Amino acid sequence: MLEVKNLHVSVGGRKILDGLNLTVKDGEVAAIMGPNGTGKSTLSYVIAGREDYEVEEGEVLLDGVNILEMDATERANAGVFLAFQYPLEIPGVATMTFLKAALNAQARARGQGELQTPDFMKKVREAAGKLGVGQDMLKRPLNVGFSGGEKKRMEILQMALLQPKIGILDETDSGLDIDALRIVADGVNALRAKDRSFLVITHYQRLLDYIKPDTVHVMAKGKIARTGGPELALELEKSGYAAFTGEAA
Amino acid sequence: MAAVKETVDRVKAIDVDAYKYGFVTDIESEKAPKGLNEDIVRFISAKKNEPEWLTEWRLDAFRRWLTMEEPTWARVDYPRIDYQDLYYYSAPKSMDDGPKSLDEVDPELLRTYEKLGIPLREQEILAGVQTSKVAVDAVFDSVSVATTFRAELAKAGVIFCPISEAVHSHPELVKKYLGSVVPVTDNYFATLNSAVFSDGSFVYIPPGVRCPMELSTYFRINERNTGQFERTLIIADAGSYVSYLEGCTAPQRDENQLHAAVVELVTHEDAEIKYSTVQNWYPGDAEGKGGIYNFVTKRGDCRGDRSKISWTQVETGSAITWKYPSCILRGEASRGEFYSIAISNGRQQVDSGTKMIHLGKNTTSRIISKGISAGKSNNTYRGQVSAHRKATGARNFTNCDSLLIGHDCGAHTVPYIESKNASAVFEHEATTSKISEDQLFYCTQRGLSEEEATALIVNGFVRDVLQQLPMEFAVEAQKLIAISLEGSVG
Ligand SMILES: Nc1ncnc2c1ncn2[C@@H]1O[C@H](COP(=O)(O)OP(=O)(O)O)[C@@H](O)[C@H]1O
Ligand SMILES: [Mg+2]
Repeated sequence: MLEVKNLHVSVGGRKILDGLNLTVKDGEVAAIMGPNGTGKSTLSYVIAGREDYEVEEGEVLLDGVNILEMDATERANAGVFLAFQYPLEIPGVATMTFLKAALNAQARARGQGELQTPDFMKKVREAAGKLGVGQDMLKRPLNVGFSGGEKKRMEILQMALLQPKIGILDETDSGLDIDALRIVADGVNALRAKDRSFLVITHYQRLLDYIKPDTVHVMAKGKIARTGGPELALELEKSGYAAFTGEAA
Repeated sequence: MAAVKETVDRVKAIDVDAYKYGFVTDIESEKAPKGLNEDIVRFISAKKNEPEWLTEWRLDAFRRWLTMEEPTWARVDYPRIDYQDLYYYSAPKSMDDGPKSLDEVDPELLRTYEKLGIPLREQEILAGVQTSKVAVDAVFDSVSVATTFRAELAKAGVIFCPISEAVHSHPELVKKYLGSVVPVTDNYFATLNSAVFSDGSFVYIPPGVRCPMELSTYFRINERNTGQFERTLIIADAGSYVSYLEGCTAPQRDENQLHAAVVELVTHEDAEIKYSTVQNWYPGDAEGKGGIYNFVTKRGDCRGDRSKISWTQVETGSAITWKYPSCILRGEASRGEFYSIAISNGRQQVDSGTKMIHLGKNTTSRIISKGISAGKSNNTYRGQVSAHRKATGARNFTNCDSLLIGHDCGAHTVPYIESKNASAVFEHEATTSKISEDQLFYCTQRGLSEEEATALIVNGFVRDVLQQLPMEFAVEAQKLIAISLEGSVG
């Protein structure tokens, strides 16, 4: 379970999150929607432990443990996964190499043995196949020259391999055509489990047709402005965010 | 990635600043008196029982050296070297009569090389200590202490021995080629080397022979205040091939030590030499105290048509590196290559690069340089590409990338391009980048530590060059890279 309690965050002296509260239960898929620039990515970065954000107040608890005390590596190993809005390129590092480094690092951190190379390869190929990620892509340097859609699929592949406690998807739908969107959504749906939660950040309701959320939160001005069921997303699609931002539509 | 994990484990296993090769071997040595004059030059020559022509050759170099000035054009900064305050010859005492076989080599020396991970006992190598066979010539201070696999090489007609021995066993070859690529008066340090060179390796590959194994020389400076001036000469006769690797370490000492080597390569028609270096001399401590001054002249002469010389270097050590392995592309359609990874951390200063001198028609060259600067270090790539009047159709491709880690280091690129032939085509690409916070965050978000993330990104950055190294050495180089970048993050 993820609990964000009264979170106040500023960056470069500017307040971005202003007393945000949010709970995502085990097995729950929560969607966060909101206008651009409202702090959705900031929230995901702060949960994942990126530096340069000043947490002025509040807590982020994962299964009751305040993860704000941990660095990004420790949080990842505790089961926090962030599918980046803009995945980074790592030139010269084959995707397969990167996946193995990440998987082994987490296995070690949890006191499990590293996978033998043949087992690892088999596991990756299986997961990659489901996401339409080809062998050639696994040999190429991570994300270098990948299309927008390929990068997003690669993020989901990493999530599938790392099996996190909480998966945060930051605008994973942006830049995807309808076929890619379906593949990515299927990938996420396949990972839904009793003890795994998801925080799906999106700008558009479209993604939520494929990944059916349990709860929908509207974020505005650094807070959760409203919480409801899937019907809230449909309502937003019609009326827009104006009611929450205080601006005329 | 097993290599990365292994790398990081190794890094963790040693203290910050711990230079793993920094131990001193406690062994009795025989030295020439301190300082440099004609008598010292004669002493060295006499120690090696050299023929008169070579003694005269050395003396001529010494006299010319006296008239020369130490160069100051490189972007490196060090206090004036007092050449009279150095020893120019040091040999383990037990070597006085020269070892006839490995059994006669001082066990303390064998242990030193074992500690360095260089097996000198052939049976150990054969027993699978190493995956593939590599013949090793080990040079300790001023003398060669052991050369392995000589019998097997001799069967193929390959000569691989200390140069001090080649002077006696193959005088005609030494006389013909010594100083023919790097002339005695080439530069201050090369001239000094010509006067006082101690030992080094000699390789001759006969026509049409593909050398049956990797050849390797391992240089070790042990004595205090001792300069190392080795001299390597490799000749690949028509249609032959050899791959040669050089490795270097030195103990951790507070004072600076001078290393001024000369390497000469000659390829005849259709011959190829692949020369790889993993240079890991002691770099000094974090404050810049101690370390090796590495002033080296390396040059290859592609004398024959279609011949090829390829330099690959991984430079992680030394307080100061001043080194420009070069190719003279004389033969028609000959080819020169230079692949370099130069890493500087702490207070290290690196000024390195290459020269590709296109003299013949349709000659080609390729330069791939990867400079990585961390800490408070400075890293300069200095490269010259020139085409002679007659070098019709000459082509060069240069790619020069710099990676900065942290905010206090510097990277500089100084290309010199000169073309006297209108048909020559030279391409130059250069980039400077930093390991971004975003990249590090991305990797740590996947569970890697910052050190692991940095090692991974750096290994990616240098991949094109690592691929040029023979397999065994590529793995070793990868570890060295991580170790030398230790303490550069966070
Ligand atoms: N590193 C930063 N420095 C300064 N401002 C930032 C930084 N990161 C984000 N911001 C600002 O914070 C606000 C929220 O950004 P973000 O979290 O990316 O919003 P969203 O993901 O909802 O579009 C924006 O106004 C953005 O410009
Ligand atoms: Mg965003």
